[in-house]
Amino acid sequence: MDDLSNFISHFFSPAAWSFLKAIGEACMTPLGFLIWTTLLKSAILLGIILGLVSYTVYAERRVSALIQDRLGPNRVGWQGLLQPIADAAKLLFKENFTPKNANYFYFRLAPKLVMIPPILVMGVIPFGSSLFGVPMTIASINVGAIYVLAISSISVYGIVLAGWASNSKYPFLGGIRSTSQMISYELSLALSIVPVFMVVGSLNLNTIVQYQVEYGWMIAPFWPQGMSWDSLLHPTAAWQAILAGIKLRHLLLWIPLIISFFIFFVSMFAETNRLPFDLPEAEQELIGGYHTEYSSMGFALFFLGEYTAMIAGASVITTLFLGGWSFPLIPDGSHGWFWGLVNIAVFFAKIIALLFIFIWVRWTLPRFRYDQLMKLGWYFFFELAVVNIFLTALILTYSK
Amino acid sequence: MIGFGAGVVVLRNPVACALSLVASFLALAALFVTLDAYFIAIIQVLVTAGAVMVLFLFIIMLLNLQAEVRRRVKLGAMLGGGLVVLCFVELLSDTLSSSPLFSQPLPPLAEPLHSDVTMIGLTLFHSFNLPFQIIGVLLLVATVGVVLLSRQTLK
Repeated sequence: MDDLSNFISHFFSPAAWSFLKAIGEACMTPLGFLIWTTLLKSAILLGIILGLVSYTVYAERRVSALIQDRLGPNRVGWQGLLQPIADAAKLLFKENFTPKNANYFYFRLAPKLVMIPPILVMGVIPFGSSLFGVPMTIASINVGAIYVLAISSISVYGIVLAGWASNSKYPFLGGIRSTSQMISYELSLALSIVPVFMVVGSLNLNTIVQYQVEYGWMIAPFWPQGMSWDSLLHPTAAWQAILAGIKLRHLLLWIPLIISFFIFFVSMFAETNRLPFDLPEAEQELIGGYHTEYSSMGFALFFLGEYTAMIAGASVITTLFLGGWSFPLIPDGSHGWFWGLVNIAVFFAKIIALLFIFIWVRWTLPRFRYDQLMKLGWYFFFELAVVNIFLTALILTYSK
Repeated sequence: MIGFGAGVVVLRNPVACALSLVASFLALAALFVTLDAYFIAIIQVLVTAGAVMVLFLFIIMLLNLQAEVRRRVKLGAMLGGGLVVLCFVELLSDTLSSSPLFSQPLPPLAEPLHSDVTMIGLTLFHSFNLPFQIIGVLLLVATVGVVLLSRQTLK
Protein backbone atom coordinates (compact mmCIF):
# COMPACT_ATOMS: atom_id res chain seq x y z
CA MET A 1 0.00 0.00 0.00
CA ASP A 2 2.83 2.41 0.95
CA ASP A 3 4.73 1.46 -2.22
CA LEU A 4 1.69 2.30 -4.28
CA SER A 5 1.18 5.69 -2.64
CA ASN A 6 4.91 6.45 -3.05
CA PHE A 7 4.64 5.55 -6.71
CA ILE A 8 1.60 7.78 -7.25
CA SER A 9 3.21 10.67 -5.35
CA HIS A 10 5.84 10.97 -8.15
CA PHE A 11 3.17 12.32 -10.46
CA PHE A 12 2.34 15.31 -8.23
CA SER A 13 4.35 18.22 -6.85
CA PRO A 14 5.03 17.85 -3.07
CA ALA A 15 2.56 20.61 -2.17
CA ALA A 16 -0.20 19.07 -4.30
CA TRP A 17 0.56 15.62 -2.87
CA SER A 18 0.31 16.78 0.76
CA PHE A 19 -2.94 18.54 -0.16
CA LEU A 20 -4.31 15.34 -1.68
CA LYS A 21 -3.22 13.38 1.40
CA ALA A 22 -4.99 15.85 3.68
CA ILE A 23 -8.16 15.46 1.60
CA GLY A 24 -7.88 11.67 1.82
CA GLU A 25 -7.54 11.84 5.60
CA ALA A 26 -10.45 14.26 5.86
CA CYS A 27 -12.60 11.77 3.91
CA MET A 28 -11.94 9.14 6.56
CA THR A 29 -13.32 11.20 9.48
CA PRO A 30 -17.04 10.61 10.19
CA LEU A 31 -18.08 14.05 8.95
CA GLY A 32 -15.92 13.79 5.84
CA PHE A 33 -17.28 10.32 5.14
CA LEU A 34 -20.84 11.65 5.46
CA ILE A 35 -20.08 14.52 3.09
CA TRP A 36 -18.46 12.53 0.29
CA THR A 37 -20.96 9.67 0.41
CA THR A 38 -23.83 12.17 0.31
CA LEU A 39 -22.30 13.98 -2.66
CA LEU A 40 -21.74 10.68 -4.46
CA LYS A 41 -25.29 9.52 -3.76
CA SER A 42 -26.74 12.84 -4.98
CA ALA A 43 -24.69 12.74 -8.17
CA ILE A 44 -25.64 9.14 -8.98
CA LEU A 45 -29.31 9.67 -8.16
CA LEU A 46 -29.42 12.83 -10.28
CA GLY A 47 -27.83 10.93 -13.17
CA ILE A 48 -30.33 8.08 -12.87
CA ILE A 49 -33.29 10.48 -12.69
CA LEU A 50 -32.22 12.53 -15.72
CA GLY A 51 -31.63 9.35 -17.73
CA LEU A 52 -35.01 8.04 -16.63
CA VAL A 53 -36.64 11.36 -17.61
CA SER A 54 -35.33 11.28 -21.17
CA TYR A 55 -36.39 7.67 -21.62
CA THR A 56 -39.81 8.39 -20.09
CA VAL A 57 -40.31 10.92 -22.88
CA TYR A 58 -39.32 8.24 -25.38
CA ALA A 59 -41.61 5.70 -23.67
CA GLU A 60 -44.46 8.21 -23.74
CA ARG A 61 -44.12 8.57 -27.52
CA ARG A 62 -43.75 4.86 -28.19
CA VAL A 63 -46.60 3.82 -25.87
CA SER A 64 -48.91 6.50 -27.27
CA ALA A 65 -48.07 5.24 -30.76
CA LEU A 66 -48.82 1.69 -29.66
CA ILE A 67 -52.17 2.74 -28.21
CA GLN A 68 -53.10 4.72 -31.34
CA ASP A 69 -51.89 1.96 -33.68
CA ARG A 70 -48.95 3.98 -35.04
CA LEU A 71 -45.21 3.28 -35.03
CA GLY A 72 -43.74 6.22 -33.13
CA PRO A 73 -40.07 7.29 -33.29
CA ASN A 74 -38.09 4.22 -34.43
CA ARG A 75 -35.40 5.65 -36.74
CA VAL A 76 -32.54 6.82 -34.50
CA GLY A 77 -30.68 3.76 -33.25
CA TRP A 78 -32.21 0.35 -32.66
CA GLN A 79 -35.99 0.80 -32.25
CA GLY A 80 -35.38 4.54 -31.90
CA LEU A 81 -33.56 4.16 -28.59
CA LEU A 82 -31.20 7.08 -29.33
CA GLN A 83 -34.13 9.43 -30.01
CA PRO A 84 -33.77 11.35 -26.66
CA ILE A 85 -30.20 12.31 -27.58
CA ALA A 86 -31.28 13.53 -31.01
CA ASP A 87 -34.12 15.53 -29.40
CA ALA A 88 -31.76 17.15 -26.90
CA ALA A 89 -29.32 18.13 -29.67
CA LYS A 90 -32.15 19.61 -31.71
CA LEU A 91 -33.48 21.65 -28.78
CA LEU A 92 -30.01 22.95 -27.89
CA PHE A 93 -29.43 24.29 -31.39
CA LYS A 94 -32.74 26.17 -31.61
CA GLU A 95 -32.95 29.88 -31.00
CA ASN A 96 -33.75 30.76 -27.38
CA PHE A 97 -36.43 33.33 -28.14
CA THR A 98 -37.83 35.86 -25.68
CA PRO A 99 -41.00 37.78 -26.67
CA LYS A 100 -40.62 41.56 -26.85
CA ASN A 101 -43.07 42.47 -24.10
CA ALA A 102 -42.16 39.65 -21.73
CA ASN A 103 -40.63 40.37 -18.35
CA TYR A 104 -37.14 39.04 -19.10
CA PHE A 105 -35.97 38.19 -15.56
CA TYR A 106 -39.09 36.27 -14.54
CA PHE A 107 -39.50 34.77 -18.00
CA ARG A 108 -36.07 33.14 -17.68
CA LEU A 109 -36.49 32.29 -13.98
CA ALA A 110 -39.73 30.33 -14.42
CA PRO A 111 -38.38 27.20 -16.22
CA LYS A 112 -35.74 26.74 -13.52
CA LEU A 113 -38.39 26.99 -10.79
CA VAL A 114 -40.30 24.19 -12.51
CA MET A 115 -37.24 21.93 -12.65
CA ILE A 116 -35.83 22.39 -9.12
CA PRO A 117 -38.67 21.27 -6.74
CA PRO A 118 -39.07 17.68 -8.04
CA ILE A 119 -35.31 17.15 -7.76
CA LEU A 120 -35.44 18.49 -4.18
CA VAL A 121 -38.22 16.01 -3.42
CA MET A 122 -36.02 13.10 -4.51
CA GLY A 123 -33.55 14.11 -1.79
CA VAL A 124 -35.61 12.61 1.06
CA ILE A 125 -36.87 9.50 -0.74
CA PRO A 126 -35.30 6.23 0.48
CA PHE A 127 -34.44 4.72 -2.90
CA GLY A 128 -32.70 1.64 -1.48
CA SER A 129 -32.03 -0.04 1.86
CA SER A 130 -28.28 0.23 2.31
CA LEU A 131 -25.16 -0.42 0.27
CA PHE A 132 -21.87 -1.26 2.03
CA GLY A 133 -23.54 -0.10 5.26
CA VAL A 134 -24.37 3.35 3.84
CA PRO A 135 -28.13 4.08 4.00
CA MET A 136 -29.51 4.82 0.54
CA THR A 137 -31.33 8.03 1.42
CA ILE A 138 -29.71 11.38 0.77
CA ALA A 139 -31.35 13.12 3.73
CA SER A 140 -33.33 11.11 6.27
CA ILE A 141 -35.20 13.89 8.10
CA ASN A 142 -37.92 13.06 10.60
CA VAL A 143 -40.51 15.21 8.78
CA GLY A 144 -39.76 13.76 5.34
CA ALA A 145 -43.36 13.22 4.30
CA ILE A 146 -44.52 16.79 4.87
CA TYR A 147 -41.27 18.06 3.38
CA VAL A 148 -42.43 16.38 0.16
CA LEU A 149 -45.80 18.15 0.39
CA ALA A 150 -44.20 21.52 1.14
CA ILE A 151 -41.80 21.33 -1.79
CA SER A 152 -44.46 20.22 -4.25
CA SER A 153 -46.66 23.11 -3.11
CA ILE A 154 -43.86 25.49 -4.12
CA SER A 155 -43.60 23.98 -7.60
CA VAL A 156 -46.67 25.92 -8.73
CA TYR A 157 -44.68 29.19 -8.74
CA GLY A 158 -42.73 28.21 -11.84
CA ILE A 159 -45.90 27.66 -13.88
CA VAL A 160 -47.65 30.77 -12.56
CA LEU A 161 -44.60 32.95 -13.24
CA ALA A 162 -44.23 31.55 -16.76
CA GLY A 163 -47.86 32.36 -17.46
CA TRP A 164 -47.58 35.86 -16.07
CA ALA A 165 -44.15 36.84 -17.42
CA SER A 166 -44.95 35.76 -20.99
CA ASN A 167 -47.38 38.72 -21.22
CA SER A 168 -49.70 36.81 -23.52
CA LYS A 169 -53.26 35.70 -22.89
CA TYR A 170 -53.08 31.92 -23.37
CA PRO A 171 -50.11 31.35 -21.07
CA PHE A 172 -51.78 33.66 -18.55
CA LEU A 173 -54.95 31.56 -18.59
CA GLY A 174 -52.79 28.47 -18.15
CA GLY A 175 -51.06 30.01 -15.13
CA ILE A 176 -54.36 31.01 -13.50
CA ARG A 177 -55.82 27.55 -14.08
CA SER A 178 -52.72 25.97 -12.62
CA THR A 179 -52.99 28.02 -9.41
CA SER A 180 -56.60 27.23 -8.72
CA GLN A 181 -56.07 23.57 -9.60
CA MET A 182 -53.09 23.36 -7.26
CA ILE A 183 -54.99 24.96 -4.38
CA SER A 184 -57.91 22.57 -4.71
CA TYR A 185 -55.82 19.42 -5.04
CA GLU A 186 -53.16 20.26 -2.47
CA LEU A 187 -55.73 19.83 0.30
CA SER A 188 -56.87 16.36 -0.68
CA LEU A 189 -53.27 15.36 -1.46
CA ALA A 190 -52.12 16.31 2.05
CA LEU A 191 -55.20 15.01 3.88
CA SER A 192 -55.26 11.70 2.01
CA ILE A 193 -51.90 10.54 3.41
CA VAL A 194 -52.72 11.41 7.03
CA PRO A 195 -54.06 7.83 7.62
CA VAL A 196 -50.63 6.47 6.65
CA PHE A 197 -48.96 8.63 9.29
CA MET A 198 -51.57 7.58 11.86
CA VAL A 199 -50.95 3.89 11.18
CA VAL A 200 -47.16 4.12 11.14
CA GLY A 201 -46.89 6.79 13.82
CA SER A 202 -44.02 8.62 12.15
CA LEU A 203 -43.37 11.18 9.44
CA ASN A 204 -39.96 9.75 8.54
CA LEU A 205 -40.10 8.09 5.13
CA ASN A 206 -37.49 5.52 6.20
CA THR A 207 -39.66 4.48 9.14
CA ILE A 208 -42.68 4.21 6.85
CA VAL A 209 -40.79 1.86 4.50
CA GLN A 210 -39.48 -0.15 7.46
CA TYR A 211 -43.05 -0.57 8.70
CA GLN A 212 -44.04 -1.93 5.31
CA VAL A 213 -41.11 -4.36 5.37
CA GLU A 214 -42.46 -5.72 8.65
CA TYR A 215 -46.21 -5.76 8.04
CA GLY A 216 -46.57 -5.84 4.26
CA TRP A 217 -47.22 -3.02 1.80
CA MET A 218 -49.79 -0.38 2.65
CA ILE A 219 -52.11 -1.33 -0.20
CA ALA A 220 -51.57 -5.09 0.16
CA PRO A 221 -50.72 -6.03 3.76
CA PHE A 222 -50.25 -9.73 3.04
CA TRP A 223 -46.49 -10.18 3.01
CA PRO A 224 -45.35 -10.23 6.59
CA GLN A 225 -41.71 -10.62 7.49
CA GLY A 226 -42.29 -14.21 8.69
CA MET A 227 -42.22 -15.36 5.08
CA SER A 228 -38.84 -16.47 3.75
CA TRP A 229 -37.41 -18.87 1.17
CA ASP A 230 -37.22 -21.61 3.80
CA SER A 231 -40.87 -21.31 4.68
CA LEU A 232 -41.79 -21.63 0.99
CA LEU A 233 -40.25 -25.09 0.97
CA HIS A 234 -42.65 -26.11 3.73
CA PRO A 235 -46.13 -25.05 2.58
CA THR A 236 -47.78 -25.64 5.95
CA ALA A 237 -45.22 -23.48 7.72
CA ALA A 238 -45.55 -20.80 5.05
CA TRP A 239 -49.33 -20.80 5.40
CA GLN A 240 -49.00 -20.50 9.16
CA ALA A 241 -46.54 -17.62 8.77
CA ILE A 242 -49.00 -15.79 6.52
CA LEU A 243 -51.89 -16.41 8.92
CA ALA A 244 -49.78 -15.26 11.85
CA GLY A 245 -48.85 -12.09 10.01
CA ILE A 246 -52.43 -11.11 9.10
CA LYS A 247 -54.41 -9.68 11.97
CA LEU A 248 -57.93 -8.31 12.02
CA ARG A 249 -56.51 -4.85 12.74
CA HIS A 250 -54.49 -4.93 9.55
CA LEU A 251 -57.39 -6.15 7.46
CA LEU A 252 -59.60 -3.36 8.84
CA LEU A 253 -56.90 -0.75 8.29
CA TRP A 254 -56.66 -1.94 4.72
CA ILE A 255 -59.97 -0.18 3.86
CA PRO A 256 -58.91 3.41 4.73
CA LEU A 257 -55.45 2.82 3.28
CA ILE A 258 -56.89 1.74 -0.07
CA ILE A 259 -59.10 4.85 -0.08
CA SER A 260 -56.16 7.08 0.78
CA PHE A 261 -54.05 5.44 -1.95
CA PHE A 262 -56.82 6.10 -4.47
CA ILE A 263 -57.16 9.78 -3.53
CA PHE A 264 -53.41 10.31 -3.43
CA PHE A 265 -52.88 8.64 -6.78
CA VAL A 266 -55.57 10.67 -8.55
CA SER A 267 -54.48 13.92 -6.89
CA MET A 268 -50.95 13.20 -8.07
CA PHE A 269 -52.21 13.38 -11.65
CA ALA A 270 -53.56 16.87 -10.92
CA GLU A 271 -50.37 17.86 -9.10
CA THR A 272 -48.17 16.85 -12.04
CA ASN A 273 -50.55 18.41 -14.63
CA ARG A 274 -51.09 15.13 -16.43
CA LEU A 275 -54.17 14.18 -18.36
CA PRO A 276 -57.04 13.87 -17.39
CA PHE A 277 -56.17 16.99 -15.33
CA ASP A 278 -53.84 18.83 -17.73
CA LEU A 279 -56.02 21.95 -17.99
CA PRO A 280 -53.10 24.40 -17.51
CA GLU A 281 -51.65 23.21 -20.82
CA ALA A 282 -54.76 22.08 -22.70
CA GLU A 283 -53.45 22.07 -26.28
CA GLN A 284 -56.80 22.58 -27.98
CA GLU A 285 -57.92 25.57 -25.91
CA LEU A 286 -54.68 27.19 -24.73
CA ILE A 287 -52.16 26.10 -27.40
CA GLY A 288 -49.91 24.54 -24.77
CA GLY A 289 -50.83 26.87 -21.91
CA TYR A 290 -48.08 28.35 -19.79
CA HIS A 291 -45.19 27.31 -22.05
CA THR A 292 -46.65 28.63 -25.31
CA GLU A 293 -44.08 31.44 -25.60
CA TYR A 294 -41.04 29.32 -24.78
CA SER A 295 -38.64 27.81 -27.28
CA SER A 296 -35.39 25.86 -27.21
CA MET A 297 -34.04 24.99 -23.74
CA GLY A 298 -36.69 27.05 -21.96
CA PHE A 299 -39.34 24.76 -23.37
CA ALA A 300 -37.14 21.71 -22.79
CA LEU A 301 -36.81 22.61 -19.10
CA PHE A 302 -40.61 22.76 -18.73
CA PHE A 303 -40.84 19.43 -20.46
CA LEU A 304 -38.13 17.85 -18.32
CA GLY A 305 -39.61 19.45 -15.20
CA GLU A 306 -42.97 17.84 -15.89
CA TYR A 307 -41.44 14.41 -16.33
CA THR A 308 -39.17 14.82 -13.30
CA ALA A 309 -42.28 15.73 -11.30
CA MET A 310 -43.87 12.52 -12.58
CA ILE A 311 -40.87 10.50 -11.40
CA ALA A 312 -40.84 12.28 -8.03
CA GLY A 313 -44.58 11.67 -7.66
CA ALA A 314 -44.19 8.01 -8.59
CA SER A 315 -41.41 7.58 -6.04
CA VAL A 316 -43.52 9.23 -3.30
CA ILE A 317 -46.40 6.86 -4.11
CA THR A 318 -43.99 3.91 -4.11
CA THR A 319 -42.51 4.92 -0.76
CA LEU A 320 -45.81 5.59 0.97
CA PHE A 321 -47.98 2.81 -0.37
CA LEU A 322 -46.04 0.26 -2.40
CA GLY A 323 -43.38 -0.67 0.12
CA GLY A 324 -40.53 1.49 -1.21
CA TRP A 325 -37.50 -0.69 -1.98
CA SER A 326 -38.95 -3.76 -0.28
CA PHE A 327 -40.18 -6.84 -2.09
CA PRO A 328 -41.45 -10.11 -0.59
CA LEU A 329 -38.71 -12.72 -0.05
CA ILE A 330 -35.88 -10.29 -0.91
CA PRO A 331 -33.65 -9.44 2.09
CA ASP A 332 -32.38 -5.90 2.68
CA GLY A 333 -28.89 -4.51 2.12
CA SER A 334 -27.51 -5.70 5.46
CA HIS A 335 -27.21 -9.18 3.90
CA GLY A 336 -24.59 -8.07 1.36
CA TRP A 337 -24.07 -5.48 -1.35
CA PHE A 338 -25.81 -7.63 -3.97
CA TRP A 339 -29.14 -7.41 -2.12
CA GLY A 340 -28.55 -3.69 -1.64
CA LEU A 341 -28.34 -3.29 -5.42
CA VAL A 342 -31.39 -5.53 -5.89
CA ASN A 343 -33.35 -3.28 -3.51
CA ILE A 344 -32.46 -0.20 -5.56
CA ALA A 345 -33.48 -2.06 -8.73
CA VAL A 346 -36.81 -3.03 -7.13
CA PHE A 347 -37.48 0.61 -6.23
CA PHE A 348 -36.84 1.83 -9.77
CA ALA A 349 -38.81 -1.07 -11.27
CA LYS A 350 -41.83 0.04 -9.21
CA ILE A 351 -41.34 3.63 -10.40
CA ILE A 352 -41.19 2.51 -14.03
CA ALA A 353 -44.39 0.48 -13.60
CA LEU A 354 -46.13 3.55 -12.14
CA LEU A 355 -44.81 5.75 -14.97
CA PHE A 356 -46.29 3.29 -17.45
CA ILE A 357 -49.67 3.64 -15.70
CA PHE A 358 -49.32 7.45 -15.90
CA ILE A 359 -48.72 7.22 -19.65
CA TRP A 360 -51.45 4.63 -20.13
CA VAL A 361 -54.01 6.85 -18.36
CA ARG A 362 -52.98 9.86 -20.41
CA TRP A 363 -53.72 8.16 -23.72
CA THR A 364 -56.90 6.48 -22.50
CA LEU A 365 -58.97 9.08 -20.67
CA PRO A 366 -60.32 12.35 -22.12
CA ARG A 367 -59.70 15.69 -20.42
CA PHE A 368 -62.06 16.86 -17.67
CA ARG A 369 -64.05 20.04 -18.04
CA TYR A 370 -62.84 22.75 -15.68
CA ASP A 371 -65.88 22.83 -13.37
CA GLN A 372 -65.85 19.02 -13.22
CA LEU A 373 -62.25 19.14 -12.05
CA MET A 374 -63.07 21.67 -9.33
CA LYS A 375 -66.15 19.74 -8.22
CA LEU A 376 -64.20 16.48 -8.03
CA GLY A 377 -61.54 18.15 -5.88
CA TRP A 378 -63.72 20.11 -3.48
CA TYR A 379 -66.96 18.12 -3.28
CA PHE A 380 -65.65 14.57 -3.44
CA PHE A 381 -61.96 14.05 -2.64
CA PHE A 382 -61.74 16.58 0.18
CA GLU A 383 -64.73 15.15 2.07
CA LEU A 384 -63.64 11.58 1.40
CA ALA A 385 -60.16 12.30 2.77
CA VAL A 386 -61.55 13.89 5.96
CA VAL A 387 -63.99 11.01 6.55
CA ASN A 388 -61.13 8.62 5.89
CA ILE A 389 -59.06 10.17 8.70
CA PHE A 390 -61.92 9.66 11.17
CA LEU A 391 -62.40 6.07 9.96
CA THR A 392 -58.72 5.31 10.54
CA ALA A 393 -58.86 6.87 14.01
CA LEU A 394 -61.90 4.74 14.90
CA ILE A 395 -60.22 1.53 13.73
CA LEU A 396 -56.98 2.37 15.54
CA THR A 397 -58.89 3.06 18.78
CA TYR A 398 -61.23 0.09 18.81
CA SER A 399 -59.17 -2.75 17.34
CA LYS A 400 -56.20 -3.87 19.34
CA MET B 1 -34.18 37.69 4.37
CA ILE B 2 -33.95 41.37 5.20
CA GLY B 3 -33.05 42.04 1.58
CA PHE B 4 -36.19 40.31 0.34
CA GLY B 5 -38.20 42.02 3.07
CA ALA B 6 -36.99 45.37 1.74
CA GLY B 7 -37.90 44.15 -1.74
CA VAL B 8 -41.54 43.77 -0.67
CA VAL B 9 -41.66 47.48 0.16
CA VAL B 10 -39.36 48.93 -2.48
CA LEU B 11 -40.29 47.04 -5.66
CA ARG B 12 -42.96 48.64 -7.85
CA ASN B 13 -44.46 45.58 -9.48
CA PRO B 14 -47.05 43.87 -7.22
CA VAL B 15 -46.12 40.40 -8.49
CA ALA B 16 -42.45 41.04 -7.76
CA CYS B 17 -43.43 42.22 -4.25
CA ALA B 18 -45.39 39.02 -3.61
CA LEU B 19 -42.49 36.92 -4.86
CA SER B 20 -39.99 38.66 -2.59
CA LEU B 21 -42.38 37.99 0.29
CA VAL B 22 -42.27 34.29 -0.68
CA ALA B 23 -38.47 34.39 -0.77
CA SER B 24 -38.31 36.04 2.66
CA PHE B 25 -40.64 33.32 4.02
CA LEU B 26 -38.28 30.69 2.63
CA ALA B 27 -35.36 32.47 4.32
CA LEU B 28 -37.32 32.45 7.59
CA ALA B 29 -37.82 28.69 7.18
CA ALA B 30 -34.06 28.35 6.71
CA LEU B 31 -33.56 30.22 10.02
CA PHE B 32 -35.86 27.71 11.73
CA VAL B 33 -33.81 24.85 10.25
CA THR B 34 -30.61 26.28 11.75
CA LEU B 35 -32.42 26.21 15.12
CA ASP B 36 -33.14 22.46 14.63
CA ALA B 37 -36.89 23.17 14.36
CA TYR B 38 -37.50 21.21 11.14
CA PHE B 39 -41.22 20.76 11.69
CA ILE B 40 -41.90 24.49 12.14
CA ALA B 41 -39.71 25.27 9.12
CA ILE B 42 -41.60 22.87 6.87
CA ILE B 43 -45.00 24.00 8.11
CA GLN B 44 -43.85 27.57 7.44
CA VAL B 45 -43.07 26.67 3.81
CA LEU B 46 -46.21 24.54 3.40
CA VAL B 47 -48.72 27.01 4.81
CA THR B 48 -47.41 30.50 4.10
CA ALA B 49 -45.25 30.04 1.00
CA GLY B 50 -47.19 27.12 -0.47
CA ALA B 51 -50.81 27.99 0.20
CA VAL B 52 -51.33 31.58 1.37
CA MET B 53 -48.92 33.23 -1.05
CA VAL B 54 -50.20 31.21 -4.02
CA LEU B 55 -53.64 32.58 -3.20
CA PHE B 56 -52.19 36.11 -2.94
CA LEU B 57 -50.47 35.77 -6.29
CA PHE B 58 -53.67 34.38 -7.80
CA ILE B 59 -55.66 37.42 -6.64
CA ILE B 60 -52.99 39.89 -7.79
CA MET B 61 -52.91 38.35 -11.24
CA LEU B 62 -56.69 38.08 -11.48
CA LEU B 63 -57.15 41.75 -10.61
CA ASN B 64 -54.32 42.55 -13.04
CA LEU B 65 -52.83 45.27 -10.85
CA GLN B 66 -50.52 47.62 -12.68
CA ALA B 67 -47.11 48.63 -11.42
CA GLU B 68 -47.19 51.61 -9.08
CA VAL B 69 -46.28 54.95 -10.59
CA ARG B 70 -42.91 56.17 -9.46
CA ARG B 71 -43.50 58.95 -6.96
CA ARG B 72 -40.99 61.69 -6.20
CA VAL B 73 -39.15 60.88 -3.03
CA LYS B 74 -39.35 63.76 -0.56
CA LEU B 75 -36.08 64.34 1.26
CA GLY B 76 -37.73 65.53 4.50
CA ALA B 77 -40.03 62.53 4.70
CA MET B 78 -37.11 60.17 4.06
CA LEU B 79 -35.05 61.79 6.83
CA GLY B 80 -38.00 61.77 9.25
CA GLY B 81 -38.72 58.11 8.56
CA GLY B 82 -35.07 57.20 9.03
CA LEU B 83 -34.98 59.12 12.33
CA VAL B 84 -38.03 57.26 13.67
CA VAL B 85 -36.54 53.88 12.71
CA LEU B 86 -33.21 54.80 14.34
CA CYS B 87 -34.97 55.85 17.57
CA PHE B 88 -36.92 52.60 17.62
CA VAL B 89 -33.80 50.45 17.10
CA GLU B 90 -32.02 52.41 19.85
CA LEU B 91 -34.94 51.88 22.25
CA LEU B 92 -35.14 48.19 21.40
CA SER B 93 -31.43 47.57 21.95
CA ASP B 94 -31.59 49.52 25.25
CA THR B 95 -34.49 47.41 26.51
CA LEU B 96 -32.92 44.16 25.42
CA SER B 97 -29.49 44.88 26.85
CA SER B 98 -30.94 46.02 30.20
CA SER B 99 -32.87 42.75 30.56
CA PRO B 100 -30.88 40.17 32.57
CA LEU B 101 -31.91 37.38 30.20
CA PHE B 102 -29.83 38.75 27.36
CA SER B 103 -26.72 39.68 29.32
CA GLN B 104 -25.69 36.05 29.78
CA PRO B 105 -25.17 33.54 26.95
CA LEU B 106 -28.09 31.22 26.34
CA PRO B 107 -27.67 27.66 27.66
CA PRO B 108 -27.13 25.01 24.97
CA LEU B 109 -30.21 23.20 23.72
CA ALA B 110 -31.21 20.29 25.91
CA GLU B 111 -31.27 16.92 24.14
CA PRO B 112 -35.00 16.51 23.33
CA LEU B 113 -36.89 13.51 24.69
CA HIS B 114 -38.92 12.92 21.51
CA SER B 115 -38.73 14.10 17.93
CA ASP B 116 -39.93 17.67 17.45
CA VAL B 117 -43.21 16.56 15.84
CA THR B 118 -44.09 14.55 18.96
CA MET B 119 -43.10 17.44 21.22
CA ILE B 120 -45.30 19.90 19.36
CA GLY B 121 -48.20 17.46 19.41
CA LEU B 122 -47.82 16.88 23.15
CA THR B 123 -47.60 20.59 23.92
CA LEU B 124 -50.55 21.45 21.71
CA PHE B 125 -52.92 18.73 22.90
CA HIS B 126 -51.87 18.45 26.55
CA SER B 127 -50.85 21.81 27.96
CA PHE B 128 -52.70 24.06 25.53
CA ASN B 129 -55.69 21.98 24.57
CA LEU B 130 -58.37 24.52 25.53
CA PRO B 131 -56.77 27.52 23.72
CA PHE B 132 -56.21 25.27 20.70
CA GLN B 133 -59.88 24.32 20.54
CA ILE B 134 -60.99 27.92 21.08
CA ILE B 135 -58.84 28.96 18.10
CA GLY B 136 -60.45 26.17 16.09
CA VAL B 137 -63.94 27.48 16.86
CA LEU B 138 -62.80 31.01 16.08
CA LEU B 139 -61.52 29.94 12.65
CA LEU B 140 -64.78 28.09 11.99
CA VAL B 141 -66.78 31.22 12.85
CA ALA B 142 -64.55 33.28 10.56
CA THR B 143 -65.10 30.80 7.70
CA VAL B 144 -68.87 30.86 8.17
CA GLY B 145 -68.75 34.66 8.25
CA VAL B 146 -66.81 34.82 5.00
CA VAL B 147 -69.27 32.48 3.28
CA LEU B 148 -72.18 34.60 4.56
CA LEU B 149 -70.61 37.86 3.37
CA SER B 150 -69.81 36.54 -0.11
CA ARG B 151 -73.37 35.22 -0.40
CA GLN B 152 -74.78 38.67 0.29
CA THR B 153 -72.66 40.34 -2.37
CA LEU B 154 -73.82 37.75 -4.91
CA LYS B 155 -77.48 38.74 -4.39
